[in-house]
This record gives sequence, structure tokens and C-alpha cells, in this order.
Amino acid sequence: MKEKLEQIRAKALEQITQMEDHEASAALEKLNDVRVNILGKKGELTAVLKGMKDVAPEDRPKVGQMVNDTRAEIEAALEKAKKKMERALREAAMKAEVIDVTLPAKKNTVGHRHPNFIVLEEVERIFVGMGYEVVEGPEIEKDYYNFEALNIPADHPAKDEQDTFYINGDILLRTQTSPVQVRTMEQKKPPIRMLAPGRVFRSDEVDATHSPSFHQIEGMVIDKGITFADLKGTLQEFAKELYGPKTKVKFRPHHFPFTEPSAEMDVSCFKCGGKGCRFCKGEGWIEILGCGMVHPKVLRMSGIDPEEYSGFAFGMGLERISLLKYEIDDMRLLYENDVRFLKQF
Amino acid sequence: MNTALSWIKAYVPELECTDQEFCDAMTLSGTKCEGYERSDKNLEKIVVGQITEIAAHPDADKLIVCQVDIGEKTIQIVTGAPNVKVGDKVPVVLDGGRVAGGHDGGPLPEDGIMIKAGKLRGVPSEGMMCSIEELGSDRNFYPEAPEYGIYIFDDSVKVGEDAIAALGLRDTVFEYEITSNRVDCFSIIGIAREAAATFRKPFHKPEVKIQNETGDVNDYIKVEVQDKDLCTRYCARVCTNIRIAPSPKWMQRRLAASGIRPINNLVDITNYVMEEYGQPMHAYDLDTIAGNQIIVRRAKDGDVFTTLDGQERKLDSDVLMICDGEKEVGIAGIMGGENSMITDEVKTVLFEAATFNGANIRKSAKRIGLRTDASGKFEKGLDPYNAKDAIDRACQLIEELGCGQVIAGTVDVHAPLKEPVRVTFEPEKINQFLGTEIPAEDMLGYFKAIELDYDEKTNEIICPSFRQDLLSFADIAEEVARFYGYDKIPTTLPSGSATAGKLQFKMRIEQKARDIAEYCGFSQGMCYSFESPKVFDKLLVPEDAECRKAITISNPLGEDFSIMRTVSLNGMLTSLSTNFNRRNKECRLYELGNIYLPKSLPLTELPDERMQFTLGFYGGGDFFTMKGVIEEFLESVGLNKKPEYDPEAGKSFLHPGRQALVRYDGKVLGFLGEVHPEVCENYDMKTRAYVAVLDMPEIVPLATFDRKYEGIAKFPAVMRDISMVVPKDIRVGQIEAMLAQRGGKILESYHLFDIYEGSQIKEGFKSVAYSITFRAKDRTLEENDISGAMKKILNGLQSLGIELRQ
Repeated sequence: MKEKLEQIRAKALEQITQMEDHEASAALEKLNDVRVNILGKKGELTAVLKGMKDVAPEDRPKVGQMVNDTRAEIEAALEKAKKKMERALREAAMKAEVIDVTLPAKKNTVGHRHPNFIVLEEVERIFVGMGYEVVEGPEIEKDYYNFEALNIPADHPAKDEQDTFYINGDILLRTQTSPVQVRTMEQKKPPIRMLAPGRVFRSDEVDATHSPSFHQIEGMVIDKGITFADLKGTLQEFAKELYGPKTKVKFRPHHFPFTEPSAEMDVSCFKCGGKGCRFCKGEGWIEILGCGMVHPKVLRMSGIDPEEYSGFAFGMGLERISLLKYEIDDMRLLYENDVRFLKQF
Repeated sequence: MNTALSWIKAYVPELECTDQEFCDAMTLSGTKCEGYERSDKNLEKIVVGQITEIAAHPDADKLIVCQVDIGEKTIQIVTGAPNVKVGDKVPVVLDGGRVAGGHDGGPLPEDGIMIKAGKLRGVPSEGMMCSIEELGSDRNFYPEAPEYGIYIFDDSVKVGEDAIAALGLRDTVFEYEITSNRVDCFSIIGIAREAAATFRKPFHKPEVKIQNETGDVNDYIKVEVQDKDLCTRYCARVCTNIRIAPSPKWMQRRLAASGIRPINNLVDITNYVMEEYGQPMHAYDLDTIAGNQIIVRRAKDGDVFTTLDGQERKLDSDVLMICDGEKEVGIAGIMGGENSMITDEVKTVLFEAATFNGANIRKSAKRIGLRTDASGKFEKGLDPYNAKDAIDRACQLIEELGCGQVIAGTVDVHAPLKEPVRVTFEPEKINQFLGTEIPAEDMLGYFKAIELDYDEKTNEIICPSFRQDLLSFADIAEEVARFYGYDKIPTTLPSGSATAGKLQFKMRIEQKARDIAEYCGFSQGMCYSFESPKVFDKLLVPEDAECRKAITISNPLGEDFSIMRTVSLNGMLTSLSTNFNRRNKECRLYELGNIYLPKSLPLTELPDERMQFTLGFYGGGDFFTMKGVIEEFLESVGLNKKPEYDPEAGKSFLHPGRQALVRYDGKVLGFLGEVHPEVCENYDMKTRAYVAVLDMPEIVPLATFDRKYEGIAKFPAVMRDISMVVPKDIRVGQIEAMLAQRGGKILESYHLFDIYEGSQIKEGFKSVAYSITFRAKDRTLEENDISGAMKKILNGLQSLGIELRQ
């Protein structure tokens, strides 16, 4: 009996091994024949099982075990051979499916954000991270908020300098986002940290460097004990975030009616790193914003006691930053909305 | 403002620094230097030479051969200049030297012109004698130079010395940007004071002293100021025996560096004092002043006056005039009259140094249309104390230059002059405000350098009259900060209570709008807020339409920018048209921007500013493409129900059969449609274009970012397809409404999968096919659930005249 089983096993394994020399799809079929011939209902091994009745009852468990072991061994060999052949088949099939990976991509046509807004969102992100709330104010504004409440009384020369569009004597197109400072102070109690981006208007003819409509970003902090050093520190952080950690800043005294002391901030040129190039006109520095300590008069007019609170404010031209950042040489491009321009951002 | 460094150094003699150091330090202390240029740029190896011999050139009629003594030796120079003679002292550029320009006075080359020894028509020439143009200047600034030919020095210069120094060109001219609050720095003295304080060097103001005064000014002139509100001070002095002559070279050079052309001693003195003190001066020929009297009063409406440039000027009663006993002689602070103009024959001069109401001068100059150097200074509001100093200085210069005899005394008419402002000195508070630890003594040191006195008894800072910008604590703190150095102030971050950084809800909705538009292929555009009133006609808007009631700008850049937009489409269509006409095949744009709706006209209160989400495209899509974008956006901001589309949108600028209002919960959120072909034509677009406008203030209150998980269906769905023959005028929207209404709770969704009109369908009908999905959340549906629902649906459809297709 034992010899018989051994014989079946050897024969089956030999047949299976031989299959490997055949072409895969034919071999797979033949493999099935082997299975049927040996393990099938009329197969040789099944026949052995059928002969069990002739085995002495005390030997049956042992013989049964032997038959099962042989069966398992053959099945495993069959399975292994099958896997191997299937893999060969699949690989052959994939060889026929080779594609040219350098053919053009199929892209979803995604739209592009306006360069101005890319920069605006970047600035918003930086200040929101520092605890600023982004707010808005009206674009058609009262003279009071645009000038008077900002310490620019009726006869002030700054009123002329700003070339204001008027609707009538009291209502105008805001020339700056600074009125949002006043509106915010009127509505909120300190501590205030606000950022107010928005559209502003001045009567400049349209050319490569001027537009009668442009954008500013205003920022303001009001709290107890706010210092000029805090103003410097905050804007230095901002510059490093916007232009990279190596950026240096320089504060120069300046004059704005609604801040005192006032300053302009230059950043080390982000094109040349400060060595001097055509962007910074060889100076190594680029002026990017105006700032200062909120004028006590402005605080008082907005209902905040300057003896208790102090604060700083800053304002920057969005276009100035985005034009420089993207090296756009003509401001008119921003309003033409040519898709060939927009898709570059 | 442009100023020679040498003039500043005249008052700060110990100032020692390079040009760049000066520029940087002044900028950091608040007097911004825009830049500087050396006056001797490209002028190298140029000495004074004296012509000792002139001979004819053997081969050229127009050339001469000169022997020129340059000190250490004599060299030979060939020249074509017609104006030299033996004995003349001339600027000579030597071999290897450089001059600034050509003799024709054209634009100066960046690197000048190199001069080399050579031969002219065969005769060696070892250098060149220079014209003033070759030295980079012109006769405006060197009036003594000949019109054509070599510059000839007067006899005071020494042979062999530096010719450039002799011409006063060893100097640097700085350009400053002075802020409007620092009126005092629109003067040499003001800048010199700042320079002295910046470099911590002593400041020496000019000492004004007149040696020899005679007579009494009151015998020459009376002054009456009728409008004291407009004229805060009027000082008058008189000089007799005027001798008009050129002013000295040093004065000419200083004026020239400031960009002022030297004329004669009298004019130059008034200009010189205006630069030096920042106080404009006027000089009248006293013999033309009727009645020896000056009256300062307002003009009458409709008066006409001829200014000294010969132009007639229309006046009104807000213009302040200087008059004599009979007539007007000048527009106060702006320009004198032709009738009292100084001529070379002047014998007696009346000097005027006055201060006027700055705002009045500014407005008058604007109305008259005449802005002069003087009015530019007056409009800033000058210091009345300075006027007296300036007029005395002018008289001193008259005496020193030998230009005339100064008459004693000043006629000085003024309202009570302002007391100096006093501000309490609070060093701790200043340090707290700046975030610094500057000792009080240091602060007092800064103040002293800029002539701010400290009253120890009252502990007050006394601000001088020329510093009209110093009024309060913060102003004083700025002075400390400037001279301590902005760069030395530490950098800290605000301490104190934390605040939540955030975007307002409406901005988050707008951000979503941008995101969705871009996912859908639309790029962000930016359009103007103002436009032409003609856009309404372009958009075929009826005459009586509400949107024509737009806010008008009273001083627009032109009609094209004169009204505030009430519809956002013009910008979009203009942009699409730009793209179309530049042959961009497809274009998808969106814009988020305000329209401005007046609550009443004329405007008495601020208008309603409504953010519009405007989309537009042409090429690659249709009405339903746009509809898809709208629905994507609405779903993304939590408007999950299906919006309704009302074809009766009534938009004149859209195709009448291809437009719809977008309704949600009964509210109109906006509209979409195909642009009316005539409007396309008006915008020069030969293509179909589609637009949508969503009114964000309607959407924001409905929007939400809240979401709730509703589970994923556990029980199987059952689908039923129905194919219908539908009367043509029934919209699928009506069918869908019926499905939604009749489908009951188990209706999960429906999906249009075919719509067809054509030969196989009977006239007046179309074929429409839907796939309907039913599902229950809690059980597997049974056949009778479905058939019940379907029966209801079919009954409903039948009521619309719809038949099931067999």
C-alpha cells in the first residue's frame, strides 16, 4: 500500500514538473488533467481510498493518514504550479499593454487665483496666525471716517495729496483702508487685533504704475501697554514670514497724520538679498509699508482712552507687494483679466 | 528739495562724513534723503590754465594753437573756440582727464568723456580748454559764461589750481523728501539743524546784524492788514540806493545747486533767503507803490489781475490781495503783479515777508490755477516768527553785497502771535510707550540739539514756534525715538490678552466661492468699481430700470469712470471680450466684487454695498455648465436642497429663452443665462457667452458649514425606469417636482437619463426618461411599497398630460 502511494506521488510530481516546460495556457489545462487523473472521482488516489476496505481495521487510521498526506502534497504542488503559470500568463498579457508614459497628461482645467489675492491670502494667513481678526469696512465712506477721525481735518494738506473722488461733500470713495481702524475701535473694546484688507480709490490716471482703484491692507493692535517695540517686532515677524527667515527690516521715521511716532518699513531686497539689484534700484532695500503708534487724538475720537490704552497700526499697498513678488511690470495687467496672464499664478 | 552739502556745512562746520553716511543717517533720523549726486561727477584732471601765446594753425583756418601755462609747465592746446585771448584764465582738462559732456550741451553721457593728448590736423594738442557745457552745467547757472566758447575765469583764480573747486563744483547735491508736517525743514536752516542734531555737532545759525541803518521805515511805507484771519503777519522793510549787479559767485553757486537760476543781486537775495529760511520774500519797486501804502485785503468777485508773468488772473473774494493806495499789486503768497515788477532801474525796494493762512493760499492757488514756489511754501502754514528773521537777513545781505542802503526799522503788523506750546516731560511714560530704557538726560540732550527748551520749574518741554508739529506727548516721544534711533529700539511681540485670529463668516463663504469657481476652471478676475453710464445701454437695460439709479462721482477721471456700478456684468463682459479679441480660444472668469446700491439719490447715507459672485465664460460649455457651477457652490456652503430655476428672469441682457433666476427657499439668490446676442455684439464678441451672478448677501445667511453624518444605507435600493411622452411646454423641473412630491419617504433619488425630440415622437411632444431609486432606511422594500409609490407618481404625471411610453 505504502509503495503504491509513493508511486502515485512520484508520478504526479513528475507530471507537474514537466508541465513547467509547456506554454502556460496549455500547461494550465494539462495541470487540470493531472488533478482529475489522480485526485478526481475516478482518479488513482481516490481508487486507493476505495481500497481501504481491504486494509485491516487496526491499520486503517495509519493508512488513511498516509493517503491524506499524499493528497495534500500533490494538491500543494498543483497549486504552486498553477500560481506560477497564472503569473506567467498575466505578465505576458501586461507586456502587450505597455503604454507610452510620455503621452500628454489628461488634466482637469483648474482656474487660477488672481495674483493680488494669492498675496492677500498669504498676508491674512500670517496675521490670523498671530491672533488678528480680518474685518471689512465700506468702500464708499464718510468724509469723517476717511479724514477727520484720522486726524486729517478739513484744511489739512494731506486731504489734497490723496486726490479723493467725491460723491458729495460728506461722502467719498475711501482713499485708504485706515477708516476701518476707526470703525473697529468704535465697535469693539480692546484688546483689538484686526486686519482690514480692501479696495481704495484715488484719482490717478491709469498707467503702468498707477490705477484709480487699488488695494490696501490695514492692521491695528490696541491693548494696554502696547509699545513701539511691539510694532517693530510684529512687523519684523511678518516680513520674515512673507519673505523668508533671512529677511531684514529697517524702520525709517515718516509722517502720517493718524500715527505718532510714524515710520516706513523697508525690507532687505528679496530678489538680491540686499546686495543691490534693479528691483531695489541698487539700494538693497524695498519699502513695503507705513506704520506707527495710533495717534492719541485718533484713539480719543474713537472712544478709547489713550491714558489707558495704546496701539499700533500699519498699512501696505497690496499691488505693490504682488507686483514686486511676481515681477509684473505693468499694473494694467491686473485689471485686464487676460487668461494668459492669470494662468501664470 | 535739493541742497548742496556745502551750504549745510556752512552752519554745521564740524560735520565730517561721507556722502553715503550723510544720506543714511539723515534718512534714519527722519529727513529722508532720496539720493545725491556729486557736482564734480566725471570731472577729472581739470586745472586752471593761462593762455600765454596764440598762433594760427598751419593747416586750418578755424583752429588756433595756444600755449597754456598750467603752473608746473606750459602745454600746447589746439582749439576751435573763438573767444580766447592771451592772458585768459581757463579750465584745462589734461591728458587722461575727463569731462562731463560735449560742447553742444546735449544730454550728459553716464561716464563722461575721456580726453587724451593727440593731434589736431597734424598739430599736437596736450589737453582741452573747456566750455561750461563740457563741465556739465550751462549759462543758466553760470550766466557769466560766454554763449559759445571757452569758460573764462575772473582774475582771482590761481594758475595751476583745481578748476573744479574754483567753479564751486567740489560739492554734493542731496535730494530730500520732506514730509508735510515738517514745514521747518523746507529750508537750509531746518535741514542743517537736523543734520547737527543727527551727527551731534554744534549748529551755527547765521548771525543777523545790520551795521549801518539810516532813516525810518515809517517815513517810507504804511501797512494796513484788513483781513487778519488770512494774514497772520506782515513785515515790511525798505532799502534805498539800489545798485543792481550780479550776485557773488558763492551765492550763485548755492542757488544753482538748489536748481535756482542766478539773476541779479536783488532777485538772488530774495531767492537765497527763501531757500535759507524757508520764508518766501517779495520785493516791490517802492516808486510804483501808490500812496506809499500797503493794504492787505480780499479781492472782489470778478476782479481781474495781471501777474508778473503777464497772465490775466480771475479773482474772487476768497483770494487775498496785496494792494497799494490805489490798486492791487500782488496776489498774496502766490505771485506779484506786473505793475510793481522790479526792473534794473529800481532805486528803492520794499521787501515783504509775510505769513498767510496756509489753507487759504492752497485753495486760492488751486482756483486761480497758479501754483508757485512761494505758494507751495505758504500753503504749509509758515511760522510768523520766522518772517521777521528772514526780512532782517535779506536786509543784511543787501548791505553785505553792497546792493543798497538799509533803512532802519520794520513795519510789522500782526495779530497776537501764538505762545509756544508746552508739553509735560514724562520720561518714564515715553520709555513705556516706545518699549525702551532711555535715560531722561539723554532725552533732554536730544531736545537741546533741536532747540526744544526744557523748563525745569514746570517740568515742561517748550516747543519752538518753527516746530508747529509738536503738540502733545506722542510728538515728543517721536523726537526721542528719532534721535535715539528707530533701529536701536528693541523688537518685542505684544504681550497681554490673547485674541482669536479668524476670518469673518462671510469671508469664509467668499473663500469657498473662489475655491469652487477655480475647481470648475474659472480664473479670478478683478474689475473696476466705477464705469460709464453708457453701460446700461450696452446691456439693453430699459430706461426706467431701477439699476440705472447709480451713484455718480462728482469729480471722476472721465465719463468712463463716473458712476459706481449697480450691476457687475459690464466688467465681466469687458474682460471676456478682451480675451475673445485676443484670440483666446476659451475663457472662464469669475469675480468677487461689490456693487453699490443707493438707498436714495442724491446720496444722504452710505449705500448698500453688495458683494457679487459673478461668473462668465465662452467656449467649451453651455447654460448647464454654468448651472453646474452654481449648484456645486451652493452645496459647498450647505445649501443642500435643489434650487429652483425660474425662466421668467426678465434680464434684458440675457437671451430671452435661456435665462433663469436662481431661487432657494423662495429667495432669489441670483441669475444665470446666455448673454443676449445683441449684447455680445455690443461687447464685440462673436461667440455665445454665459454668465451668472450670485448675490452673496442673500446666500450668506442661508449658508452653513455644519454637517451631520447620516449613516450609509444598509438596505438595498430598488430602481425603476420610466419613459414618458411629455407635452413640449412641460419643463423637466415640473416632472421632478412631481417626483419629489409623490415619491414619498422611500424616494431616494431620480436621474434624468434621456431626453429626445424628433421624428419618432408625436408632434408637440418630447420623450423624457427617468431612473428612480427607492430605498428605506430601516428595512428591505417590498414590491407593494414600490408599486404604491409608482402609482402615485404616474397619476401625478398623467395630470400634467404626460403619457407613459409604451
